[in-house]
Amino acid sequence: MAQATLSGDGTAVPAGPMISADGVPLKVSLARAERRKRLTAFFLVVPLLLFILVTFIVPIGDMAFNSVRNPEVVTYLPRTAEAIRTWEDMDELPGEPVYAALVADLQAGSGTPAIGRVGARLNYEQSGMRSAMQRAGRAANRLEPPFKEALIEHDPTWGQVQTWRVIDRESSPYTLSYFISALDLTYGPDGRIVQVAPEQRIYVELFIRTFWLSIIITSLTLLLGFPIAFLMAHQPARIANLLMILVLLPFWTSLLVRTSSWIVMLQQQGVLNDLMVLTGVLSDASRIQMVYNQTGTIVAMTHILLPFMVLPLYSVMKTIPPSYMRAARSLGANQWTAFWRVYVPQTTAGIGAGGVLVFIISIGYYITPALVGGQTGQMISNFIAFHMQRSLNWGLAAALGTILLFAVILLYYLYNRIIGVDRLKLG
Amino acid sequence: MALPTYAGPLERSWYYAFRIICAAIFVFLIAPILIIIPLSFNAQPYFTFTREMLTFDPAGYSLRWYQDFWQSASWQASIRNSFIIAIGATIVATTLGTLAALGLSRSHMPFRAAIMGVLISPMIVPLIISAAGMFFFYSKINLAQTYTGVILAHAALGTPFVVITVTATLSGFDHSLTRAAASLGADPTTTFFKVTMPLILPGIISGALFAFITSFDEVVIVLFLAGVEQRTIPREMWSGIREAISPTILAVATILIAISVLLLVSLELLRRRNERLRGIQET
Repeated sequence: MAQATLSGDGTAVPAGPMISADGVPLKVSLARAERRKRLTAFFLVVPLLLFILVTFIVPIGDMAFNSVRNPEVVTYLPRTAEAIRTWEDMDELPGEPVYAALVADLQAGSGTPAIGRVGARLNYEQSGMRSAMQRAGRAANRLEPPFKEALIEHDPTWGQVQTWRVIDRESSPYTLSYFISALDLTYGPDGRIVQVAPEQRIYVELFIRTFWLSIIITSLTLLLGFPIAFLMAHQPARIANLLMILVLLPFWTSLLVRTSSWIVMLQQQGVLNDLMVLTGVLSDASRIQMVYNQTGTIVAMTHILLPFMVLPLYSVMKTIPPSYMRAARSLGANQWTAFWRVYVPQTTAGIGAGGVLVFIISIGYYITPALVGGQTGQMISNFIAFHMQRSLNWGLAAALGTILLFAVILLYYLYNRIIGVDRLKLG
Repeated sequence: MALPTYAGPLERSWYYAFRIICAAIFVFLIAPILIIIPLSFNAQPYFTFTREMLTFDPAGYSLRWYQDFWQSASWQASIRNSFIIAIGATIVATTLGTLAALGLSRSHMPFRAAIMGVLISPMIVPLIISAAGMFFFYSKINLAQTYTGVILAHAALGTPFVVITVTATLSGFDHSLTRAAASLGADPTTTFFKVTMPLILPGIISGALFAFITSFDEVVIVLFLAGVEQRTIPREMWSGIREAISPTILAVATILIAISVLLLVSLELLRRRNERLRGIQET
């Protein structure tokens, strides 16, 4: 750089701190311009950032928060929640004040939905609590002091220490009990966390099944995707583009279209079974049920996710120079060795990208398992939907969802480490 | 990947075996889509080929399921809803997404990686979780079971696609062009509409198409967030498959396949135009 700069009128000024045309030192004016640019860039992003925060991030955070929120007992049985704090010897029944507080709460709550809600909440922890609350609610106005004896006489449930332990445990505004249920655990009679009875264990097995199915689906997409990506990468552009259409057309076709088409193909009176009966492979009586079970989920999801594997594989394979394989051959490797030792290691980036992508998508999949999965092909998402829509146990749905969300975020972090989200390409 | 002349018999047979395997995989990919089309013209209420269809007897084919589709009030309403929601969501997603991509592609963007992570998140989070979260939250602010709610939710899902495609287009954009425009006296707005916009338009349009198809094809959010009023085509198909399965679904599916072919072709044309504009040679 020259030691002098040109001033506004074109004459050279002597060396010193460089001054821009308006008399401000160049450094200051440059910094100001930089800051302005940074601000403009930021303000261009702000609208979308706010939009995503409000319409997406906040709702999901709110849902995750639902998994620990526990307002029922505190809100609808405030006196009981207050009184039960003084209960110290948890092997004995609580004293008369706690019973009196419960009766007062029940009297206050009679005729409102309050008792039903608390009952439903406590019923998640111990079955039978819903009806016990309802009965006590109806009787509350007729009970005479001392309430302890009166309540126990009315319904022996209130004479069990276990009942009061549950109320005591759920009388704080936050709880871990949804997460505990989501992991097939429960509070034992002594208040310690234990596994639920074997026949009631659902979710751990479901998480394992979801993982297992996702691994199978990911491996199948790799097994099917690798050969065709390889073929496309080694064809002249014209043919490769033509073959690419065969990959992209399913990619762009509606998910429900593809799922219903698999039902049509695989069901007992469907195309594949008909074909096999027609060609004599099967007798009419031994038609195979290939849909509404795990097979249906695996086949349909492999088909749906195959393009997500092929596209990254293809883009990586296109960059591998064919001369490497030829060099390996000329150095004496046979076709197989050259392929395994020279070609495949160069495709690991594509395998990693496609694999993580397919795995992330499949562990959270809902639509296809719900439609073709039957009983055995259900995944964790289907149970989240079940608790959202049917059992209305929203806390449990939120806890299951939060666990799934963390699994996905972890995988996404890995994905980002392997290839970087910036290199995500579409189509 | 032609077969070299020196290939031995083993290599030769593997070469053909490989091609047959690949052909089978391509059949697996495309067959479910192709098989739906003839079945949608079935004259019988079956989901398989009848004897008449196999012998190409014209009596085996009919348009009754298309008629069914066309005359059903609920399908008609679902078409209208799908377009209202998808177009609304596309407009919101494309506008916000393009602006953000312009900001993100500037070298001066602070916290770029973190912001990108947030903006991409709707694409990563499983739909069932998004749907559950939106259901709770939108119910609280009275947006559940409204068009606005569904449009906003779908717009959020569509924005990552717009951000990604427009950022990719901008990465090949020659920024000296905007400087040239500025030096010739154009203000930033004029520069954007007269110089930048025409050049990145293919990227914006393909982003918009992605946003459109995301909304048009989406059913999980609709299941949770939409009321009876906002039932879309995929939502109707969902209940069609679950409850009263009728071949009308196959007719709808065929129409949807036609729409996706149309989208695929327009995307391909856009990609070519983009490459031509940027002077990239077809390899």
